[in-house]
Amino acid sequence: MRTSFGERLLDLAVNGFLWGFRILIVVIVVLGTFLTIRAGKYTSEQWIDFVVFGISQGSIYALIALGYTMVYGILRMINFAHGEIFMSGAFGGYFIATWLTGIGFMDKYPVFGLIISMMFGMLVSTLIALLVERIAYRPLRGAPRLVPLISAIGASFFLQYTFRGFFGPGVYAYPSMKALDGEWIFFGIGILKVQIVVTIAAVVMMSILYSIVMFTKIGKAMRAVSENKDVAALMGIDVNRIIVTTFALGAAMAGAAGVLYALTYRQVNFFTGFTPGIKAFTAAVLGGIGNIPGAMVGGLVLGIVESVGPALFLDSIGIPRPYQLKDAIAYIMLVMILLFRPSGILGERVSKKA
Amino acid sequence: MMIKKENLIWIAIKTGLLSGVIAIFLCLIGMIEVFSKRDVIEHIITLGDFILLVSAVSAGIIAARAASNPDQEKQPLKNYLAGALAGLTTGILIIAFIGLSQTINLRSVFLSASPSLFKLLTFKGGTSWIWIYPSIGLASGLLGTTLFLLPEKFRQPITRAIFITFLMALFSGLFRVIMINRAGSIAKLAKYLFGQTGLTLSGATIFFVAIIAISMFWTARSKNLQEGFSRIPKAGQTSLRVALYVLLAYVVIMLPQVSGPFIAQVVVIVSLYALMGLGLNITLGFAGLLDLGFVAFFAVGAYTVGLLTSYGIFGLQHIPFWVAVPIAVLVAMMFGAFLGLPVLGVRGDYLAIATLGFGEIVRLLAGSDFLAPFFGGPQGIIGIQKPCLGTLGEFLKVDVPRICNGIEFGGPKEIYYLAVASAILVAFIALRLQKSRLGRAWMAIREDEDVAEALGINLIQTKLLAYMLGAAFAGLGGAIFTVLVGSIFATSMQLIVSINVVALIIVGGMGSIPGVIVGAIALIGMPELLREVSEYRFLFYGAALIMMMLAKPEGLWPSQATLRELHHEDPGEDLDVASSQAKA
Amino acid sequence: MAIILSAKKVIKRFGGLVAVNSVDFDIPEKSIVSIIGPNGAGKTTFFNMITGFGKIDEGEISFEGTPIHRLRPDQITNRGISRTYQNIRLFPDMTALENILVGQHLFLHSSWISAVLGTPRVRAEEQMALEEAQRLLNFVNLKGKGDMLARNLPYGAQRRLEIARALATKPKLLLLDEPSAGMNPRETEDLTEFIHRIRDDLGIAILLIEHHMRVVMGISERITVLDYGEKIAEGTPSEIQSNPRVIEAYLGRGAATEGMANAHERYSDNKTETPSQ
Repeated sequence: MRTSFGERLLDLAVNGFLWGFRILIVVIVVLGTFLTIRAGKYTSEQWIDFVVFGISQGSIYALIALGYTMVYGILRMINFAHGEIFMSGAFGGYFIATWLTGIGFMDKYPVFGLIISMMFGMLVSTLIALLVERIAYRPLRGAPRLVPLISAIGASFFLQYTFRGFFGPGVYAYPSMKALDGEWIFFGIGILKVQIVVTIAAVVMMSILYSIVMFTKIGKAMRAVSENKDVAALMGIDVNRIIVTTFALGAAMAGAAGVLYALTYRQVNFFTGFTPGIKAFTAAVLGGIGNIPGAMVGGLVLGIVESVGPALFLDSIGIPRPYQLKDAIAYIMLVMILLFRPSGILGERVSKKA
Repeated sequence: MMIKKENLIWIAIKTGLLSGVIAIFLCLIGMIEVFSKRDVIEHIITLGDFILLVSAVSAGIIAARAASNPDQEKQPLKNYLAGALAGLTTGILIIAFIGLSQTINLRSVFLSASPSLFKLLTFKGGTSWIWIYPSIGLASGLLGTTLFLLPEKFRQPITRAIFITFLMALFSGLFRVIMINRAGSIAKLAKYLFGQTGLTLSGATIFFVAIIAISMFWTARSKNLQEGFSRIPKAGQTSLRVALYVLLAYVVIMLPQVSGPFIAQVVVIVSLYALMGLGLNITLGFAGLLDLGFVAFFAVGAYTVGLLTSYGIFGLQHIPFWVAVPIAVLVAMMFGAFLGLPVLGVRGDYLAIATLGFGEIVRLLAGSDFLAPFFGGPQGIIGIQKPCLGTLGEFLKVDVPRICNGIEFGGPKEIYYLAVASAILVAFIALRLQKSRLGRAWMAIREDEDVAEALGINLIQTKLLAYMLGAAFAGLGGAIFTVLVGSIFATSMQLIVSINVVALIIVGGMGSIPGVIVGAIALIGMPELLREVSEYRFLFYGAALIMMMLAKPEGLWPSQATLRELHHEDPGEDLDVASSQAKA
Repeated sequence: MAIILSAKKVIKRFGGLVAVNSVDFDIPEKSIVSIIGPNGAGKTTFFNMITGFGKIDEGEISFEGTPIHRLRPDQITNRGISRTYQNIRLFPDMTALENILVGQHLFLHSSWISAVLGTPRVRAEEQMALEEAQRLLNFVNLKGKGDMLARNLPYGAQRRLEIARALATKPKLLLLDEPSAGMNPRETEDLTEFIHRIRDDLGIAILLIEHHMRVVMGISERITVLDYGEKIAEGTPSEIQSNPRVIEAYLGRGAATEGMANAHERYSDNKTETPSQ
């Protein structure tokens, strides 16, 4: 028997480390929350602002996350280029919105203008996603997992720098829509119109997608393919077509999210897709990857935590400018989920070896 | 199998359309315009022209190949028809694009569809371009078909000559700079062969012809040469090898003296990326663990050296570089264990994302105001001491800022030696590791984790070592980078650095040590040397990653096992022997 | 004879399904023992539990008197249990020789530092490992195939290489999961002889999972029959062949089961020999 002392020490170190990590995070969260609430530095209006912003931001993450989750559900592959698909939608929306604003249509019919912009962004995203799928993913189906992932990373950078080539490295300012300026007052609390519109639009898109997946024939086929490709093929389902449809639907959602994101931040650039892309992936994992309602819940949770977190957890434990660490909070959530509960909040228990 | 005529035409047109679309794409991302500023052959062909030509010629080759029947005799007429049609289509598509640009303002969407691009494409205005493109397209298509139809014996030397002449042209400015400072006749030769940015016409012709000649001679004689070498007695072979190594060493040592600081700096950066590549090659290439947060270890190495040697406000100590480096490597290793421990159980694609998350967390924390009192935050760490090689007394002195009385590694020309020596050392270590028990265990984990465990390999220990050693190499790279630049900023620790390293490993060949070096030279060295190319380097990386995965997952320089297999004599025959032995 | 491996009241569940139900099982030293049973009887699950890949829910597995069911797979291998897989699992992109060298991992002690330094001890150790690997290659009739990538070896050679790799861990107990799958009658005969040779020459106890009744009956000293996770019979080959419960398990439980069992037998051997014969 050679189970040495060193080996046992190593096991102890691994477990100790993981537990230490958990405890550290819990302590920061609990202590930070306690101190913040006791200090009372933020008013309740501010908290509501944080939460509302989190919800609108989270609903955008949720929209993007749907694409990750559906593709993963069907192909067991992380579509690393999904963030860039999202960015392409934002660009598509930008050009059409600028044009509509230029001819005065946007001011006259803001609702239609918004819808047209979103539709166009969705169209652009879908086309690009289908191209990427055809060129970079389809030939690699069935290859070892790292192969399509690396190809997807390649696609991500190729798209980023293609857009940089097309539109330059500068930041494009989205046209301002008069209809979206200002606030609406609810129960004496002012909420930015943009945030409400963005949330409503995102919820509508998600309901459309959800009904497609749950209630149409093609949705049923999608679910069948994600359960078992071979059996689905035996049942006469054209698996290839379903995969393409999945990419298209996911990309359309990302395209819509791109336009909504750009409405919130009023700008777009070739690098816009990267950070929201990673965060949406976090949301997808958070909700249990492959799980559509999970992606929606995950997006909202992430949006709210990220928005409330810096003030609630970090501010009072002596961290200056906690908003610099907003992204770090999202990444820490990502790492924690991957480490401790890779199946997510709503996901069924997936074995580590899957 | 007979290809129908309609099919043939359609295939040719399709190929032509595809290459035309690619050409237009290259125009729209601005590549053609940028590249047209660099000549391939002085005053005759610019890099932009060359790329457009290549796309038309390859359309010709592809169409001609599609038109020919593998089991039949070649039918030149059919091939030429297809090639010509493809080339013509490419040309017509470009005309259509230019025509479109005259009627619609493409610039309102595409930044690069600028007047200067179209001035370039229409040959400074006028209408002559309308017939130039189809005729050039046609000619390229025919040229492609001719290339395709040529027997292998001629085709290979010609394509090789085109490729090498092209490379010479790309780097001709470099050769010129090196040669022009020499004695009179060499300088004259330089002016004769090399222009400011490309080859002269005479230079191009000389190279082209010479390479064809050498190449044909070589193919004819290579067998004889190999035989000749093996006929030399053993001692002679060894001394020949030694002589070769000595020559190589001489070149490496003399290079910065001859070439000046710019080239030295490029070599330093290539060496540093090779260092990181060798590190990631252990985790990714050997053990199969994709780490997208690799830059974190680079950062740890850099910050450790920075904090230990800087005489700026954040410097904790002012110890000599030579003491700080081993500490930095150790700290990076510990950090490797620190990040490795939690993610050990995470597999495959999740691991990639988890490590990406870690890398970003490290960058965000290092650049935040929260940790600014330690790491300088957005201001970074400046005033990092250059390494100094002097007497022992010198070594122990602690005055600040230190004045170097020995040899100071002040600039790229000196740090060159440091970087190259480190890269060679690390390559040696990696080679030894690869062939060791541990190397085999890593590869076993890469191939099949469960089986590796069932053979008695402790997964935790082995993976952790892969992380730690990979991190150590990256830490060393970071340490040297710091003294090269003299400062550290968190913003230089972007994800893109990790992606660079992943790309160079993939392109070079996963798990192959020479592959990493080839990858570093190709992916880091080339863009550093060519300003025009460097603007599109990440586009190239992306395309390279996809294309490598599609066409050549084993990389440009595959690892030994694959090579050995390729050189194995006729496995088919062996199989029969094996099974008959089994039956016996 | 002394018992080398003993399982007591072993239970394994997958959700609601009980894959292995309260099985008692002993393997004497230097014996050849088989587990048979219809598809889905829990044979491979049982293998996985012995080698530490699936943790058992209840019961105890002990090897040479000490419990092993809480150990990791690499620790269990270290104790002296090694295995092959139903669908061959070699390291496909490593050479045959490297595959075996990986199997010797436990017996090489050089640290990575000494490997980097290339100390004489490391060199001597590597040299010995190479010689041992060559010896094992010869033992499984793969002489001269050391430099071939595992994935390029023919099927039968892959099977033998997998056994050689398992032997490289110097096991006291070797678990073979359907070693004759996909072999023709001639190869099967060689395999039977080969398994005998492993036991006789190396003194290793062997546990087989096998569908191929000719192999099982010809080679095993004892046979255990599993059905739906339960042990339904145990004994010598002749006892098993005449055991009514075994015959029922293979033939008597509805047309579907029968069809499948028979189809499988026919698939794996032209001259089918079911226990009923």
